[in-house]
Amino acid sequence: MRMVFAQTLTELARTDKDICLVTPDMGYSILDCFEKEFPDRFFNVGIAEQNAVSVAAGLALSGKKPYVYSIIPFVTMRCFEQIRVDVAYMNTNVKLVGVGAGFEYGAAGYTHQGVEDFSVMRCLPNMIVCGAGDNREMEEIVKQSTQIKTPMYMRIGRHNKGIFNHTDNIIVGKASVLEEGEDIALIGVSNMMPDVMDYAKKLKAQGRKPYIISMHTVKPIDKDLILSLVDKGVEINTFEEHTIIGGLGSAVAEVIAESGKAVKFKRYGVPDKFSHYVGNQYYIKEKFGLNFDK
Amino acid sequence: MLPVTEIRKEILDMGYRSKASHLGSALSLVEILYTLYFKVANYSKDNYQEPTRDKIVLSKGHGSAALYAVLHKKGIISDEAINHYSVNGGILPCHIDMTAAPGFEASAGALGHGIGIAVGLAMAKKMDDLPGHVYTIIGDGEAQEGSVWEAAELASTRHLDNFTVIVDFNEIQASGFSNKIIDQRNLSERFKSFGFTVYDVDGHNIEELEKVLKIPSDKPKAIVAHTIKGKGVKFMEGTVHSHYVRLNDELYAQALAELEDK
Repeated sequence: MRMVFAQTLTELARTDKDICLVTPDMGYSILDCFEKEFPDRFFNVGIAEQNAVSVAAGLALSGKKPYVYSIIPFVTMRCFEQIRVDVAYMNTNVKLVGVGAGFEYGAAGYTHQGVEDFSVMRCLPNMIVCGAGDNREMEEIVKQSTQIKTPMYMRIGRHNKGIFNHTDNIIVGKASVLEEGEDIALIGVSNMMPDVMDYAKKLKAQGRKPYIISMHTVKPIDKDLILSLVDKGVEINTFEEHTIIGGLGSAVAEVIAESGKAVKFKRYGVPDKFSHYVGNQYYIKEKFGLNFDK
Repeated sequence: MLPVTEIRKEILDMGYRSKASHLGSALSLVEILYTLYFKVANYSKDNYQEPTRDKIVLSKGHGSAALYAVLHKKGIISDEAINHYSVNGGILPCHIDMTAAPGFEASAGALGHGIGIAVGLAMAKKMDDLPGHVYTIIGDGEAQEGSVWEAAELASTRHLDNFTVIVDFNEIQASGFSNKIIDQRNLSERFKSFGFTVYDVDGHNIEELEKVLKIPSDKPKAIVAHTIKGKGVKFMEGTVHSHYVRLNDELYAQALAELEDK
């Protein structure tokens, strides 16, 4: 998914001369295609995330379209106040790109894991928040991002389970219904889409008819879709490799709670505790009950 | 009345009407901003929306009253906006909101941000081969923020000869005397070691400021402007109290009288 981001952005940069890439020393080998083709629009600003975001804001104020790329904690939390003021408050056209969704860098330890990014980005006005579930969604989100003039955060995950979203309506701000259903809706985001597919298989084997939905835009959340499910009385489950506080599950819960109606609802995600587990992504997900392939 | 005295009077008027704080921080800035906007920068009511002009980022956003008064004198900020500074239903906040009125490069208030934004503005000019210089003004207290040095190291690495940082070195911050809190008496040496051309000047001497601002440099430039917090109002000058003092009738009258004595 990282390569899809880098290659798509490189391709777009051929015709859009305002696109530039800022990194606080991340993206080794991944961003090479962009750097090689556009050395004058590629800025490794050193290991200085706060400044990376402020500099990007300055570039955006001059009409550029900067993308700031780093590992999730470093591009969302290390520089949060710069994002809050220089990007969100000033409504600058800065795109933040975080790699290592959930426990993708599981073996690297908690410092490198990305499990709170949706929460912290979602609370900022003006900020669009996306998490592609597969490479096709990633490509579409990047393409559309160049036409969006407001701040945006893009979470990049990784899985080798292929493409799930074959729809022709991948639109930032709208959920993609991958399969229509009847009695339960499985709403996933980012890394969890393969797990959503696995869980759907199990439910189908039990005779249930699940909707399978990729909520690749967590903010603005697709309220219309959620309310239509609530109107039909459909049970809703959410799936995210992210804390259950403030991310996809919370966003969906907020819509349900204010609908004035009730449906069965469950959030699958990382509980309110730190991972001290040592192991890879699958291993840590297993510890939190987030694998559905057995 | 000298132009800088008129600006100081306006700062006091705004402070009196609003009972807002940070008067000392604004008063130390007056000559720096006046020199930039009236003597050095290519910046006017007619061209402030042009990309080729000079750009000025006030990074120490708590000194906003001085910027508002200068932009008012420049004809960019309206009388109405000045009269609605930091009051309920007002227009101009204590810390800069770039959407509040024309003329601002950036919002400001959180320290250590504006200098990075200014570096980004200078880099964008280089990318497009645009003329114009980018100036940013930070406080000496603000120089304690690590992000200031992140911006400084990038400015010199990228040879931003179109970038100047001016330090309003009034030696006082919110809670006390700066050099006792963090010893920055070597601030000039620090900027030199970061690859800047550095000048130490009297930050209240317009001629001196103008002279060093206009000297060309093939490196980014740092001007350490030695100033007096609360400059122009005796009971505020050099006091920590001037950071938070709010003007009641009596203090306002006293402040005006001291100004007019000058």
